[in-house]
Amino acid sequence: MYRYDEFDHQLVAERVEQFRGQVERRVSGELSEDAFKPLRLMNGVYLQLHAYMLRVAIPYGTLSSRQLRKLAHIAREYDRGYGHFTTRQNIQYNWPALARIPDLLAELAEVEMHAIQTSGNCIRNVTSDQYAGAIADEIEDPRIISEIIRQWSTFHPEFSYLPRKFKIAVTGHAHDRAAIKLHDIGIVIVRNEAGEIGYEVHVGGGQGRTPFIAKKLAEFVPKDKLLAYLEAVMRVYNMLGRRDNSYKARIKILVHETGEEEMRKLVEAEFAQIDASKMLEVPQAEIDRITRYFEPPAFETLPAESAAFNKAQADDAGFAQWCRTNVVAHRQLGYSIVNISLKPIGGVPGDATDVQMEAIAELAEVYSFDELRVTHEQNLVLPHIRLDDLKAVYDRLVTHELATPNLGLISDAIACPGLDYCNLANARSIPLAQEISNRFADLDRQYDIGELKIKISGCINACGHHHVGHIGILGVDKKGTEFYQVSLGGSADEHASLGDITGRAFTEDTIVDAIETLVETYVGLRHADERFIETYRRVGLTPFKERLYAE
Amino acid sequence: MKNGIIGSNSEKFFMAQHSSKGARFQAVTANRLLDGEVVYLAADNSWTEVFSKAEIAEGPEAGEALLARAVPDGFEKQVLEPYLFEAIEDENTGFRPVSVREIIRAKGPTVRLDLGKQARRQAQG
Repeated sequence: MYRYDEFDHQLVAERVEQFRGQVERRVSGELSEDAFKPLRLMNGVYLQLHAYMLRVAIPYGTLSSRQLRKLAHIAREYDRGYGHFTTRQNIQYNWPALARIPDLLAELAEVEMHAIQTSGNCIRNVTSDQYAGAIADEIEDPRIISEIIRQWSTFHPEFSYLPRKFKIAVTGHAHDRAAIKLHDIGIVIVRNEAGEIGYEVHVGGGQGRTPFIAKKLAEFVPKDKLLAYLEAVMRVYNMLGRRDNSYKARIKILVHETGEEEMRKLVEAEFAQIDASKMLEVPQAEIDRITRYFEPPAFETLPAESAAFNKAQADDAGFAQWCRTNVVAHRQLGYSIVNISLKPIGGVPGDATDVQMEAIAELAEVYSFDELRVTHEQNLVLPHIRLDDLKAVYDRLVTHELATPNLGLISDAIACPGLDYCNLANARSIPLAQEISNRFADLDRQYDIGELKIKISGCINACGHHHVGHIGILGVDKKGTEFYQVSLGGSADEHASLGDITGRAFTEDTIVDAIETLVETYVGLRHADERFIETYRRVGLTPFKERLYAE
Repeated sequence: MKNGIIGSNSEKFFMAQHSSKGARFQAVTANRLLDGEVVYLAADNSWTEVFSKAEIAEGPEAGEALLARAVPDGFEKQVLEPYLFEAIEDENTGFRPVSVREIIRAKGPTVRLDLGKQARRQAQG
């Protein structure tokens, strides 16, 4: 894992003390709310319905057990005993008191964490593949370039007042788990014909009010030139992005209005200048230094098979099922990747208690080389677990109600906080996720349905990624009532697509029945082993729509 | 959905954001500076955590007057962004907020009945 150098430490410590002073001046009345609000937002502090909310950055979703223990401690000492893992691989606390946030941030700084780049019109916290460094067939660990991007983007003076927020995601694997085509910039690590590693750069994706799939602006940016290319994209956006209308201020609108070809030309012209200056060529020594932080841990040489593991599966059907759904093959023989579902049946997606976080931290420390990950689908990952240890890990997870075997299934829904917490929401989303989870609680039924990604947003800002749900649900406020609009066929992976709206929205009393109708329609239409998204792409909207709105 | 009060038929499905032009009864709410707690303007111009102690204004003029009382010089030392929202009178239980948003603000998250004002009220019996 990356460890802070003296500059990182100084940067974060100074920021905490600045914020302490700002809070003191706000409380004393010296600072007005108008003056203070942008300052608190720069430190991840939002005002929500019931209280302040603090969003803590987890760069590229990687945590150490020490960091997770600190997050648990903060949940207990500064909040209400839990935290909420978000679709941005971050964690949010829903109840911190303003006056205590400087102390909270100082505690975070002790474990090299902060709330910088979690709000405001800057380049936000970089997100990445949760299986980085653990999955087979990865071209390169995406966290290396993610960390370089983090260092380049943090407090970048030119890009601190962008037209709007800016999100960058990176994957090093052909199968995209980081939704890179739905980001302002999505980066895919690729290898060219000469065998060199470089970057494919997608620009202008995003969700929200006007969703777009990103356009591939560059096929191959050489390794040492990526920052120059990113800087070129940012400059074009900073100069030409709209500042007159916040709904049209994201780079996706600029790319759409400018056109892909013209946008590419503008970026390349800017890139040529920056490249010629050599200002942003990353020195190889620096790349090497950061790469060393992400070198694989000291894996043991193990056989591909584990007798203990095979026996445990034969003896315990629940364990065997959990292995089939939540455990993924590792690049290293004898190891596996464990997904910890934060979606217990009927639970709040993404929530974890202080005690659960501590238990997971211990598992990471004992069994996973002290490392864990947060996924944008609001689950956690233990990236490096020996097959021999899987049963012990599972048993411990069962004790803490963290072993729900539902990864990628209908009850593994994404949901934004919605109107239960959020100041922007029009409708609640968590209760809907809970109702769907309860309706399909029978695991055998879930396995029969197979992979089905439900994504729920409580407003058009789309934090719950509804545009890219196989089934997407959007809470709307219509004539004074909570309604739910359904879309089908969205996907956030390498075959990214935006969902098609089915038609008339549903009330809260009819939406879960509607979801069940869609699922039953799929089950009736599917060919053998065909996933929901494949059936939908084969048959299209019509048969679903007919069943959904049949009188 | 059967979470908390919103699940009962009498109280669901009014999503007026804050207030509407035709609102008869209104109250003023804000969030407290120090901890973000939802508060209401009471008759003595203090801020109370409990909706039932909020002053209710009848008619648009009384509403505007109430809002004006919420923002004296220096109000920002106590609260953030006061605004009017619509309330309705229930024969049996007195006033309550109209919108789901304000019902949730007055009680707490519908998915965590152990948190927010609703939990404190239970604890007090």
